[in-house]
Amino acid sequence: MTTLDSLKQGDSARVVDVAGDDGIAMRLMEMGVTEGELVTVLGFAPLGDPMELRIRGYHLSLRASEARRVQIDPV
Amino acid sequence: MSTLQKKSAHPPVAGPLKVAMIGNPNTGKSTLFNALAGMHSRVGNFPGCTVEKKIGRVRWEGRRVELIDLPGTYSLSPRSLDELVSVEVLLGRQKEIGAIDGVVCIVDASNLERNLYLVSQVFDLGLPTVVVLNMADVAAARGNQINEQKLSEKLGVPVIKTEAHRRRGLDAVREAILHVSDLPPAERPKLYPAEFYAAVERVQAELAGWNGQPMPNYLVERMVMDVGGEIEMELVARHPQKLAPLLKQVRQELREGDCRIPGVEARVRYAWAREMLDGAIERPAETVATISDKIDRLLTSRFVGLLMFAAIMFVVFMSIFAWAEPLMGYFEGAQEWAAGLVTANMAPGALRSLIVDGVIAGVGGVLVFLPQIALLFLFIAILEDCGYMARAAFLMDKLMSRVGLSGKSFVPLMSSFACAIPGVMATRVIENRRDRMVTILVAPLMSCSARLPVYILMIALFLPQEAVWKKGGVMFAMYSLGVIVAIGVAWLLRKTLFKGETPPFVMELPSYKLPSVRMVAHRVYDRSKAFVTRAGTLIFATTIVVWAALYFPGDHTEEHALQAKIESIEADIDEPLTAAEKQLGQLVTRRDGYQILLAKDVRDDKKAAVHKALEKEFKEAVPTDEAALAEDVAELDVAIAVVEAEIASLQARLEPLHEQKNAVSARLIESSLLGRLGHTIEPAVRPLGWDWKIGVGAIASFPAREVIIATLGTIYSLGGDVDEEDESLRATMAAATWPDGRPVYTIPVLFSVMVFFALCAQCAATLMVIKRETNSWRWPAFTFVYMTALAYIAALLTYQIGSMIV
Repeated sequence: MTTLDSLKQGDSARVVDVAGDDGIAMRLMEMGVTEGELVTVLGFAPLGDPMELRIRGYHLSLRASEARRVQIDPV
Repeated sequence: MSTLQKKSAHPPVAGPLKVAMIGNPNTGKSTLFNALAGMHSRVGNFPGCTVEKKIGRVRWEGRRVELIDLPGTYSLSPRSLDELVSVEVLLGRQKEIGAIDGVVCIVDASNLERNLYLVSQVFDLGLPTVVVLNMADVAAARGNQINEQKLSEKLGVPVIKTEAHRRRGLDAVREAILHVSDLPPAERPKLYPAEFYAAVERVQAELAGWNGQPMPNYLVERMVMDVGGEIEMELVARHPQKLAPLLKQVRQELREGDCRIPGVEARVRYAWAREMLDGAIERPAETVATISDKIDRLLTSRFVGLLMFAAIMFVVFMSIFAWAEPLMGYFEGAQEWAAGLVTANMAPGALRSLIVDGVIAGVGGVLVFLPQIALLFLFIAILEDCGYMARAAFLMDKLMSRVGLSGKSFVPLMSSFACAIPGVMATRVIENRRDRMVTILVAPLMSCSARLPVYILMIALFLPQEAVWKKGGVMFAMYSLGVIVAIGVAWLLRKTLFKGETPPFVMELPSYKLPSVRMVAHRVYDRSKAFVTRAGTLIFATTIVVWAALYFPGDHTEEHALQAKIESIEADIDEPLTAAEKQLGQLVTRRDGYQILLAKDVRDDKKAAVHKALEKEFKEAVPTDEAALAEDVAELDVAIAVVEAEIASLQARLEPLHEQKNAVSARLIESSLLGRLGHTIEPAVRPLGWDWKIGVGAIASFPAREVIIATLGTIYSLGGDVDEEDESLRATMAAATWPDGRPVYTIPVLFSVMVFFALCAQCAATLMVIKRETNSWRWPAFTFVYMTALAYIAALLTYQIGSMIV
C-alpha cells in the first residue's frame, strides 16, 4: 500500500485510510485527513521534512513519520 | 444576523451573562475578543495547568457580560489536562467560572469545512450557540460566496459575518451575545450510529453506579471515543479493575458493528460539515494559486526561504540583543536620577539604603526587562499575525526534532540568547505541554546578555592584552557550552519527566495576511503588563530580600557617618571643583590647539581652520609666529599644572574618607547575613577554587547575574559602583591572594567562575517568569536546583581538571 510520505512535490492522491488510534492518528483525522479526501503535496521544508499539503482547501504541514500513517491511492 | 425564532429558555439572571468564545487557531478569535472586550480583560491561569484564563468584563446596554476567551483548538477531544480545561469550562464544571450561558464559536469563513468540525462538537454540548463567520473578506477574495441566511437555517443557530480586524460586524455580535440566553440550546446533531449512543448509555449507567453521581453525557461520549484520551486516563486510574475491561469490550463490540472507534468521528463530522455547506456556499471549481500560495512557495524554498528566515531571525535577535539597549539605558538613567534625588534629600541611613538599594533598584530591576519583552513581542505578534510564525516552525522542525523538540521551540530558544525572560514568555506559541515545558526548562541555559559582563571581566583578567580573536574564542566556547548542555538536558527531560508519545506536528499553515496594528499593539501591551504585574512583584520582593541580607545585621553608624561627611565635603567643594574643572578644560583645549598649530606634520589648511576655531572660542587674537606660540604653550603648561594641583588638593580631602568608608563597607558585607553565608559555604566552593568572596558574589547575584560585579567591587573595598570594564577592579582582583600568598584568580579559577555563571540559575526574574508561565512553584524550584547542580559540577570539573593541566 502506498503511503503519503512517498509522494513528490506536485503529486496528488486520495486518502484511503489513517493507521492507528493514537493521538497522531486522531489529530490527522480531526484536521480532515479522512477517507476519500484529495491531497496535493505543495512542497517540503528545506531539510526535506516536514511536508506541506493542500487538503480541504487549506494548507497542512506534517512530518514524514506522520505522513507514513496515511494510506493513499495516487491520482 | 439571521432571524431565528427566539424563545426564552433561561429565566433572566441577576449575575453577569457568561459567554465562552471558542474557535480554531488562526480564525481571528483573539482579535474579535480584544475588539469586544477592549482593555477590560484580565489574564490569569486556570488552576493546576498552564492554560491562560482570559476574561473580559464589559457592560453593554446596562447588562454585565463576562467573555471567556478559550484557547484556540481544532477539536474538543481532550488529550491532555490542558485541553480538558476548555471542555470543563463549556460544561460549566470549572469552579472559578461556573455555568455558561452561551457559546460564540468563531470560524474562518475562508476555511469553513474544517472549522465546522469544531462547531459540530460544540453543538454536542447542547448550549445556546452563535456562529461567527470571521474573515468574511478573505473568503470573498477567494471566490467563496457564503449565504449566511441559508447556513443559519441549516445549522439552526444565528450566523453572523464579521471582519474583526476591520472592526466590521461587531455590533451584530454584541447584539447576539446579549440575547444568547434567549436562544434555545443548540440541537445535538446525533451523528453516530445508534449503537454508539447505546454503548455510551451503558457505560454511563455503570459509572453512575461506581461514583454515586452521574457524569455528563458529553464526557462519557468523549471517553468512549478518545482512545487513550484524558478522561479515560483519569477515570481508569480511579477504577482500574472495572473501567479498562468495560471500555475495551464496548469499543470492540462497536468496531465489529461497523462503528470504528475512533475513526468514525472524523468521518461523520466531516460528512455533516459537507452537508451543512451544501447549498450554503459556492466555491470556485478549481483551486487557484493565490498570492499567498506564491509567497509561501518562495518563503519555504531551500535558498530564498532559508535566507529570508535567517534575515528575519537576525532582526528579531538584534532587536532584543542590541536595539533594546538604548531603551534600557533610559530606564537605568531614570533609576539613577531617582536614586540621586533621594540621596540628595536624605541623610545616609538604613531607610535611605532601603529606598535606593532596595526599592529603586528593585523597580529598576523589573522595568529594565520591559524593552526586551516589548520588542520581542512586537516582532512575534507581527510574525504570528501575518502567518510567518507557522512557517518558521515548519522550516526549523527537522533541526529541532533531532533534540526531541519541534520547530515551534526555535524562536523562544533563540530569543533566550538575548534574555531568557521574553524567551520563556514566548513559549506560549507551543501548544503541546510537553514541548513547552522542556523548552521553558532549558531556555535559561542559553547564554543571555546578563552573562556578558561576567565573561568580559573574567576574560580580561587572564587575557588582558591578547588578540580579540582569542577573547572571542573563549566567549564562543561559553555560548556553545550552554547550547550543548541544553541539548543534553532536553534529551534527558524527554526520556524521564516528560516521556510519552511524540506530539504530532500536524499543523495548519495559515494564509499570509497583513498584520493588524491594533492586534500587534494589544499583544505587546498585554505581555508587558502581564510581566510587570505578575512577575514584577516577585522580582521586586527578591531584590528587597537580598538587599536586607547584605545590610543586616551590622552596625552601619560609622559607614553612614563617613558617607554623610563625604557628601558634606562634596557639597562644599562642589563649586570650586566645578569652576576649576571648567578652567582646566579651557586651558587644555587652548594648549592642544596651539600644539597643532606648531606641529610639523599638519597641513596648512587644517592649521588655518584650527586657528580660526580657537580665535572664535576664546574671542581673542591667537599668535601666528612659532616663537610666540611655543612661549604660550609653556605658559599654559604651567597654568594647567597649577589648576590640576588645585583640583587634586580639593579631592584629597575626600580620598581618605572614601578609602575609610569602602573599608568599612567591605567589613560590613563580610559580617552581613550573606557574608556569613559566604564564609559558611566556603568549604563547598573551595573545590571550585573559589574563596568566600567569590562565594558571596555568587549568592548575592541571585537577583541577577551581573550583580556579582558590584558585589565584588564592594568586597574589594572599591565601592559598589564599579563595572566590568573598571581598571581598578581588574587590578585588585589580579592582585588578590589567599592568606598564604597564592593568587586567587588563576586561569582554572576564572574558567570555573565563567562555567558556573554560564550554567547557573542566578536570575530571580527568569525563575519568577517560569513560575508565572507554568503556574506552579515546582518548576522554578526544579530549574534552580538542576541548573545550580549542573553549574557546580561543571565548575568543579573545570577547576580540578584545569589545575592538573596548568
